[in-house]
Amino acid sequence: MSDVIVLAGADERDLTQLGEYRALGGYAQLERVRGMAPADVIGELNAANLRGRGGAFFATGRKMQFIPGAEQNPNPHYVCVNADESEPGTFKDREIMNRVPHRLIEGSLIAAHAIDSQHVFIYIRGEYLDAFETLRAALDEARKAELFDGVTIVLHRGAGAYICGEESGLLESLEGHRGQARSRPPYPAISGLYASPTLINNVETIATIPKVLELGGAEYAKIGAPPDSTGTRLFCVSGNVVRGGNYELPMGITIREVIYDLAGGIPDGRALKAVIPGGSSMPILTAGQIDVPLEHDALRALDTFLGAAAVIVVDDRACMVQLGLRVAQFYMHESCGKCTPCREGTRWMVQLLEAIEAGEATHSQLDLLLDVCDRILGKCLCPLGDAAAMPVASYVVKFRDEFRAHIDQGGCPFGGESSLDGLFAPVDQHTHHPVVEEGVPA
Amino acid sequence: MPRPLADQVRAIAAQYPESRSAVMPALRIAQERHGGWLPPEAFEEVGEALELTPAYCKGVATFYDMFHLAPVGRRLVEVCTNICCGLRGAQEVLSAFERALGVQPGETTPDGEFTLRAVECIGGCGWPTVVAIDDRHRLNVTAGDVPQIVQELRHE
Ligand SMILES: Cc1cc2nc3c(=O)[nH]c(=O)nc-3n(C[C@H](O)[C@H](O)[C@H](O)COP(=O)(O)O)c2cc1C
Ligand code: SF4
Ligand code: FES
Repeated sequence: MSDVIVLAGADERDLTQLGEYRALGGYAQLERVRGMAPADVIGELNAANLRGRGGAFFATGRKMQFIPGAEQNPNPHYVCVNADESEPGTFKDREIMNRVPHRLIEGSLIAAHAIDSQHVFIYIRGEYLDAFETLRAALDEARKAELFDGVTIVLHRGAGAYICGEESGLLESLEGHRGQARSRPPYPAISGLYASPTLINNVETIATIPKVLELGGAEYAKIGAPPDSTGTRLFCVSGNVVRGGNYELPMGITIREVIYDLAGGIPDGRALKAVIPGGSSMPILTAGQIDVPLEHDALRALDTFLGAAAVIVVDDRACMVQLGLRVAQFYMHESCGKCTPCREGTRWMVQLLEAIEAGEATHSQLDLLLDVCDRILGKCLCPLGDAAAMPVASYVVKFRDEFRAHIDQGGCPFGGESSLDGLFAPVDQHTHHPVVEEGVPA
Repeated sequence: MPRPLADQVRAIAAQYPESRSAVMPALRIAQERHGGWLPPEAFEEVGEALELTPAYCKGVATFYDMFHLAPVGRRLVEVCTNICCGLRGAQEVLSAFERALGVQPGETTPDGEFTLRAVECIGGCGWPTVVAIDDRHRLNVTAGDVPQIVQELRHE
């Protein structure tokens, strides 16, 4: 059995075309599933132990089981496909939409059947113009071929806000509000879009569903690193590697294999320094930890997570204080501002990191940085605060000597030679325009 | 005669159970019609089409990076400076654009041709540096490519 699931066939055929996808057996599972009871469809997903690919690794079938039946809640039920993909380091959903859009559509329609829904929304980040156009064309083709069977699929474009990838921010945005996170409970399964039962899943999760049904849940569950990390992931490999890109592989492959066997190793004769295993919000690993298999349990044992399977490779040219600063600047920029620990804490983190980088901090301010992270962790309305605090705290803990050296030497030990030196952040950007008279462009 | 904005917006709004959901698509259309940014009257137009106040529409627009509340140049050049691109020379690419265009990030050239912006990760991290030009992504851009790109864009 081939280990390629989500992208299966895309190297050989142009699967953006409906005819090509159908020639590979596309939409056959949808047809079959429509003759099945929803509970049996969910049963297959549970047997597969399919977990969410958006970051939280929640069991997909169980999430569907939380959706109340029509007799308990007569409101319409909604499926929201999360195509907001904005975590730095991730670019897999883009590849899925660009190359196998029909697999995503088929999965969406199967998910709709499983929760007895007639309405699917796909929330795609505004920056993905090419993927939007490809997906829109595929939707038109599938609609004309009468594959929807009464279900509507609305493709909704975002407009640039990381928080809209967080499920409650996504719902707020889709309802036409600022994309600020909601406090929970209630959870979306009970009261989500328009206060109705809502299933939210990541693009990759949804695009995996047709193959799970084709193989059967039990067969799927043998792939990867069972019992928890079953199946494949699209590993997004970036940073200091020869061949960055997406690699679909069974979970359980080691970071070393990803870097050296697939991505061609570290360029320019440099040495590996660190690896972020799951996207910018995940705690970092050192070069000595890369024999860890990329699967949930093994990474948990090292106090980090697989997240969205974005493997960011960092070589010895990078200053860890600068890395922490740039990560903190991102989260400060993207904080929705609704809760204090995140809004104020991310700003404070940036200020402390700037002082450390400039060589103007004291050792007690380094302790203060960890204290600020601690005061954010677990104390926010949504996990964005944690997403800022967790990685930065891990850089300090794992590279404390480097942080201390900035303080002891009164400046950056890289002396301007770090690969991240002087990296400009959008949070420092102000819009200027030469002549604006009464709102009229020059 | 182009189709009135209100008609276009109402057709989109009909796809949603509640018309308010169309505020983002409506703002996007209004922005395109106004040459890439949202002047005050755009909020009135969108508000009228969706029965929302202009202030509400503006409040939504300010939340999102892709809505522009000041005029932008004919070409919008956005350089990703997040970490994956940063590790691979994004700052050099941004600096090369600053030199070639003679502006700082966030600024528009005096002739109104170019707006240069630094942006957060735009989802092409495996192919650094990623530069979006009018929302089309160029991958694997190096500082050395920049003069050529600017030349091309001037004449397109
Ligand atoms: C700050 C933040 C950003 C997120 N961004 C995304 C995203 O871009 N795409 C995504 O699928 N999930 C994202 N998530 C996770 C979603 O909240 C949600 O858990 C996920 O879409 C559920 O789908 P899954 O179960 O299929 O993984 C984000 C979470 C947080 C806290
Ligand atoms: S943690 Fe940050 S992003 Fe989440 S609700 Fe609080 S302020 Fe908003
Ligand atoms: S970090 Fe530049 S595109 Fe993701």
